[in-house]
Amino acid sequence: MKCHRCEKPATFHITELTEPSGPMSVHLCEQHAREYLDQESEDAPVNALAGMLAKQLKLEQTAEQLAKLDRKTCPVCGISFAEFRQAGRLGCAYDYVCFQADLEPLLFNIHGAKLHKGKRPSHGTGSPDRQHRLIQLRREMQDAVSNENYERAAELKLQISKIESGEPLDEPEST
Amino acid sequence: MTVPYKLEELAAKCGQWLKGTGPESDIVISSRIRLARNLAEYPFVRRASQDERLSIAKLVRTRIESIQGWENVLYILVNELNDLDCQFLVERQLMSREMAEGEGDRAVAIDPEEQFSIMVNEEDHLRIQVMFSGLDLEAAWEKIDKIDDALERKLNYAFHDSFGYLTACPTNVGTGLRVSVMLHLPALVITREIEKVFRSLQKINVAVRGLYGEGSQFMGDFYQVSNQITLGRTEKELVQTVKEVVPQIIEYERRAREFLVNESEQDLHDEVSRAYGILCTAKKISSEETLHYLSKVRMGINLGLIRSVDIQTVNKLFVHTQPAHLQKIRGHQLSVTDRNIERANYLQRHLGHKDGSDLPEM
Repeated sequence: MKCHRCEKPATFHITELTEPSGPMSVHLCEQHAREYLDQESEDAPVNALAGMLAKQLKLEQTAEQLAKLDRKTCPVCGISFAEFRQAGRLGCAYDYVCFQADLEPLLFNIHGAKLHKGKRPSHGTGSPDRQHRLIQLRREMQDAVSNENYERAAELKLQISKIESGEPLDEPEST
Repeated sequence: MTVPYKLEELAAKCGQWLKGTGPESDIVISSRIRLARNLAEYPFVRRASQDERLSIAKLVRTRIESIQGWENVLYILVNELNDLDCQFLVERQLMSREMAEGEGDRAVAIDPEEQFSIMVNEEDHLRIQVMFSGLDLEAAWEKIDKIDDALERKLNYAFHDSFGYLTACPTNVGTGLRVSVMLHLPALVITREIEKVFRSLQKINVAVRGLYGEGSQFMGDFYQVSNQITLGRTEKELVQTVKEVVPQIIEYERRAREFLVNESEQDLHDEVSRAYGILCTAKKISSEETLHYLSKVRMGINLGLIRSVDIQTVNKLFVHTQPAHLQKIRGHQLSVTDRNIERANYLQRHLGHKDGSDLPEM
């Protein structure tokens, strides 16, 4: 893909989330991306999320590291970091664990802080392992159904019902 | 009772937040707080399958219906509503435009007093909002905190020790809290001071934006002030950030009004009287024009230049003259031209009455 402002290949893909007409993608070469992002910092609101993300990545990582990060995928919901960068939305609660190190600088850019100081659920939120496993199994079941692997889908359904009814997890996962 | 019937009932009433009561209600229309929450056992909405969205909508419904004291809360399946009903709920500020235009199983739970509503499967699994008339952010926070606690006892929220309540967009993570105050600032607009005031506010983590009416029409004199960040401060601190800047804006608006009265009372009186005259006598009027003139009339009432109508009536007219409201109250769909005629009739009936209690009968 070519840069929107010149003939060079576009190496920066920025999604603007604050446009009134909805998210807008901008594809730029490094030089134009730098100009674009510098102009961003003066005029745009603080939460121009993807702009900040691209800026931060540009400063801290090589193209190779970037490509590697983009391929990183959440084992629970299956979203890749590239997909998150494009859409500006995460896929599940586990993304905050799986991409924690990559998200922290971004959160700091947006909020000027990395630590929650507000209220906490008073009754606890249940077991995160169990919750992530449920998301994962439901996704696997859906894949099995679309691949017409009904036997596997039935097994997965059973496992899901077990977890939902509070039985112990039989296959502890890395998640 | 079927859902459409309940919506008709809602159309015939007026939300608490429009009462024109509460502190500083001559300038502050409403105080709104929303919390973004997600369920730990499901992927965020954009990543959820149709089946998962349906399960979430069903689960939340069951849990809401089991909360003591919430027996009268309406649970409306937005995906089963027609466009008119969706637009009606958006005009009423009970759900977002994104919710109306979304897809898949989604719902909105509405308190009959319209103090709170809960969107299910918008960008996050739950978007809880509370609206109060005037500047009353503490009351709004106390109310939403209790609602959140009641829901939390029934649902497993996605929560992270360091990052707090987890949301689909990292701009909402932490408290998931957005505090918004809607202000009516016609004098700052007339004196062109508005830009200057807002530029100074942006330096202190507060966002300001104009409000849009039907489609992308700009409702010129209404502005919303809200917090920009959600992580790293307590809910009360965030409420306080917004609460501290609002009195400054109110003060600027009052000064601008005073200036206008001192410098050109005759011109101002003429302008608001003409606006009132047009609203009372027009035979066809668009919603854009209506908002424009109602805004002037509202300022005229606050300055004591118009005495034959009260603030509450004008507040209600801002909402009840919008397209979906007119059609819901009338009971059937109307073309743009018919709506403009209907709107003019409606305005004539309700302006000039000191007591707006007969709203919104036709």
